[in-house]
Amino acid sequence: MITPDRAPTAIAPPLSWSARVAVFTRMFAVQGSWNYELMLGPGIAFCAEPALRELPGGPDGPAYHQALAREARYFNAHPYLAAVAIGALVRAELEGRPAPQIERFRIAMCGPLGSLGDRLVWAGWLPFCSLVALLAFGLHASPIVVVILFLVLYNVGHIALRAWGVATGWRSGLRVAASLGTPLLQRGPKYLARAVLFLAGLALPLAIARVIGRRGLEITSHDWQIALPAAALLAIGLAALLVRLPARVEGWRAALVVLAVLILTSIAR
Amino acid sequence: MIDGVRLLPLTLLGALLGADVVSFPQAMLSRPIVAATLGGALAGNVAAGLLTGAVLEMLAMETLPVGASRYPEWGSASLVGGALAGSPAVMRPGAIVVGVFVGIATAWAGSWSMYALRRLNGVWAERALPAMETGSRRAVMGLQLRGLTADLLRGAMLTLIALLVWTPVSDYVLAQWTVGRAASHSVLAALAAGVAGGAIWRQSHGAAGSKWYLLGGAVLGVFLLVVT
Repeated sequence: MITPDRAPTAIAPPLSWSARVAVFTRMFAVQGSWNYELMLGPGIAFCAEPALRELPGGPDGPAYHQALAREARYFNAHPYLAAVAIGALVRAELEGRPAPQIERFRIAMCGPLGSLGDRLVWAGWLPFCSLVALLAFGLHASPIVVVILFLVLYNVGHIALRAWGVATGWRSGLRVAASLGTPLLQRGPKYLARAVLFLAGLALPLAIARVIGRRGLEITSHDWQIALPAAALLAIGLAALLVRLPARVEGWRAALVVLAVLILTSIAR
Repeated sequence: MIDGVRLLPLTLLGALLGADVVSFPQAMLSRPIVAATLGGALAGNVAAGLLTGAVLEMLAMETLPVGASRYPEWGSASLVGGALAGSPAVMRPGAIVVGVFVGIATAWAGSWSMYALRRLNGVWAERALPAMETGSRRAVMGLQLRGLTADLLRGAMLTLIALLVWTPVSDYVLAQWTVGRAASHSVLAALAAGVAGGAIWRQSHGAAGSKWYLLGGAVLGVFLLVVT
């Protein structure tokens, strides 16, 4: 166990810019060795390691080895919001906080950082950006515009969230839980859910129309007048059916079966 | 037809896109709308790649990449689907259907490859545990780099095998294809939009006034459809 040689303070201990940059860069590979046993644990140690080298005694000292061993233990969180934990843990280690306090913090942060990240990013920001890209597709934007629009939009949010996370964790240390109550994080998923619903209503009809392909005379006007309403009705029916079925019934699997039947029918005729 | 010259860049890109799903950098380069478009571009028909990607993107909205769950690996799979759909320079009827089918089937196989990799990472982590408990930098870095490399190899192998298996099947199916473009694309559009609509409603309907947001968007969407 590390013996604290400095009392915890409100001011963060010094950390070189090279260590800050290395920690931030490594966060993009935090899930590099993700496994069912330790989950993100080794990834957290991998990210924190450049900062831990600045512990008393350097990378050969006992403080470094003890801290690295602690950080490699089991940890789970959303990969982007793991940045909050990494910032806080690095500060706690550099402040020489007692090991049991750091262990308790790690256990306490797993749940909130996981569920908040899932709601904010996977169920909010990602579908929002996908629907913006589908809207651009439905409005006949060129392939390069659709792809760049999606990547830029998504990654502005992605990188900003990681940067905010590590900065907030570093600034607040083990008291970072209070920062997770910020209105953006607490209300963000609700606002994003509304935006996603609005965008779904807007983008899906336009995307359907482009998939069927009216422009460029890919199909005749008569076919178009039959195909579009038929596809729209089928889509609404399928969506309503999937909503009523248990969550384990997945539409993409059903799509695989339907397409297999379509292919077999087409080549057997 | 995917020739040998295109196989190498597609395999290398498949490795990167496969790794992007979980390991590095999770910048969503692996989303179908990006990956399939890149596949189409490399195969010679970017428009077919985008069309395949848009359909797969709608289907992928149902599967959230949440932590320990097993979900389809859309990165390498969409690249393969986009490349096969885009391999004839002129889009043939059935090409998008075959591209989407191959994309889903490969994504399903990819989910098992990710599961196997996670188990393998677990074995490696267990072996490295005694060294990690002593705070060995070498053990931590080794485990991370081994996992990253294995994921790149997984993506490359999945892409290569899928291309080798599906290219002749795709060529055969497209040569025999009889269903018209309007009918086949209508089925695709209905499936994709239905799955996306259902998934979005399941994920977001808890928000206050949710049906009005959806309805408001739909009214505007249909209006834009009529006027454009």
